[in-house]
Amino acid sequence: MIYNEEFETLPREALRALQVKRLQQVLERVYHSVGFYKKSLDAAKIKPHEIKSIADIGKLPFITRQDLRDNYPFGLFAVPMSNIVRLHASSGTSGRSTVFGYTKRDIETWSELMARSLAAAGLTKNDIIHNAFGYGLFTGGLGLHYGAEKIGASVIPMSGGNSKRQIMILQDFGPTVICCTPSYALHLAEEGKALGVDMKSLKLRVGIFGAEPWNKAMRDEIEKTFGITALDLFGLSEVIGPGIAMECLEGRNGLHIFEDHFIVETINPKTGEVLPEGEEGELVFTTLTKEAFPLIRYRSGDVSRLITEPCRCGRTHIKMERVLKRSDDMLIIRGVNIFPSQIEAILTDIEGLEPQYQLIVDKAGALDTLELHVEVSDKTFSDSGGVKELQKIEKRILKDMKDYLGIAPNVKLVEPSTLKKTDARIIDKRRI
Amino acid sequence: MKVEQISVFLENKPGSLEHATRVLRDASINIRTLSLAETVDFGILRLIVNDVEKANKVLKDAGFRVSKTVVVAVEVPDKPGGLHSIMEVISVEGINVEYLYAFVEKSGQNAVIIFRFDAPEKAIEVLMKNSFTVITGSKLYEF
Repeated sequence: MIYNEEFETLPREALRALQVKRLQQVLERVYHSVGFYKKSLDAAKIKPHEIKSIADIGKLPFITRQDLRDNYPFGLFAVPMSNIVRLHASSGTSGRSTVFGYTKRDIETWSELMARSLAAAGLTKNDIIHNAFGYGLFTGGLGLHYGAEKIGASVIPMSGGNSKRQIMILQDFGPTVICCTPSYALHLAEEGKALGVDMKSLKLRVGIFGAEPWNKAMRDEIEKTFGITALDLFGLSEVIGPGIAMECLEGRNGLHIFEDHFIVETINPKTGEVLPEGEEGELVFTTLTKEAFPLIRYRSGDVSRLITEPCRCGRTHIKMERVLKRSDDMLIIRGVNIFPSQIEAILTDIEGLEPQYQLIVDKAGALDTLELHVEVSDKTFSDSGGVKELQKIEKRILKDMKDYLGIAPNVKLVEPSTLKKTDARIIDKRRI
Repeated sequence: MKVEQISVFLENKPGSLEHATRVLRDASINIRTLSLAETVDFGILRLIVNDVEKANKVLKDAGFRVSKTVVVAVEVPDKPGGLHSIMEVISVEGINVEYLYAFVEKSGQNAVIIFRFDAPEKAIEVLMKNSFTVITGSKLYEF
């Protein structure tokens, strides 16, 4: 089912022309309203009007996550705060987090993109959607919510957590669609099994999953356990949130990127060189219609491959393969994006701690587990030497990790000899 | 009248304590008495040794996190009510005991109880006033 027939099936040539026109408009706008873009375009000796074709986009400088952080909180906003109706943000301490603003029109655009995504999964106003993506500063919950309302479906704004209650609602309200991270779906299935609930007996028909990497084996397991069709939704909070790309029910082979709103490129993450369509590389996004927080050539860190073959669903928009890796050190833990530098910053901020640590990521059943080993510093121990003081530090680390990053690791203090300077800071034992 | 105790941070895993005792043996340090406090993932070994400075140094050199803590050693007759007689005067004064451990002297006549008080100075004063034998560090290390 196609939500916006006109734009989603626009012939490639017309789509390209639309992209060029919108790109020129957004460039003019950011050049005159965002200091960062004026500086970076001037430094690259490019004027917005010199961009005349899609191929010219390669002449424009990239924007990176570090640029986003450097301009925390509102430095990259292209409209005054009076025009902003919503703020979302990534996790992290001040200076390591990123804030995303939306105008009223941005929210409308986003809702339409999510409506297109849900329609691509075959959903209509007759569906009841159990939305277990997190509501709040994270874009997942609200992004999906607005799209669901736009197609007229009934939304259950569940958010994450409280698994037993989720299962109760899945049984009692009879939703036909579930939306969450794939690992949370598997976790719910485990909980359901423990409670004696046969997940196949639920009314669920479709599952829409995203916010973390998953593979075909996980998809098969989810489909088998729940008796549903599982589809892939892609989003990046920096770019807009969920609804950048969606797998269609008809094709089930890659995710259509809504190209009337975004230009996607794949680049070699080491050299920045643009790769031919179809080669594996880092995804780079340019937003064409966003007003409050436009991004020109944003390096996402997600590695994928573009699929140019026409799709049987009739959409003309290019597809991307499911993202399986990152070009940087970002970790996705229970759907939360975490950088080692954020963990380091939290440890450094705790009095008397040295940021000598090791993070061990693994899985217990379907869910990610996290163990954080932190070296006991000489200062901490010689000042106290007591059990209580050390336990207080453990609690403080746990609390700060929860407060700033939204993850709750099992914190373990270790002897200095345990962590060698040469050891990897991050050990990821999960297999995707 | 105070006694210095050495505290060593140990991870709760096989081999940690063995490593610490090996370092002490190699430096010919004699342990007078000790206790081991444990939590889910770490432990703290508390030691009264014959040479505090040397023990502190060799353990630190071996990479351990070490700290020195002030404790109070009190001698009481090794008979029923011995510990209670101390607790009576301490509780009246509102002094709190954080932890304690004990050993019996070689003669078998007396027990020595090592206390970590929240107010060691005040505790010593109260104990002396009530005619308890508070043992000095130098005497204890030489036992």
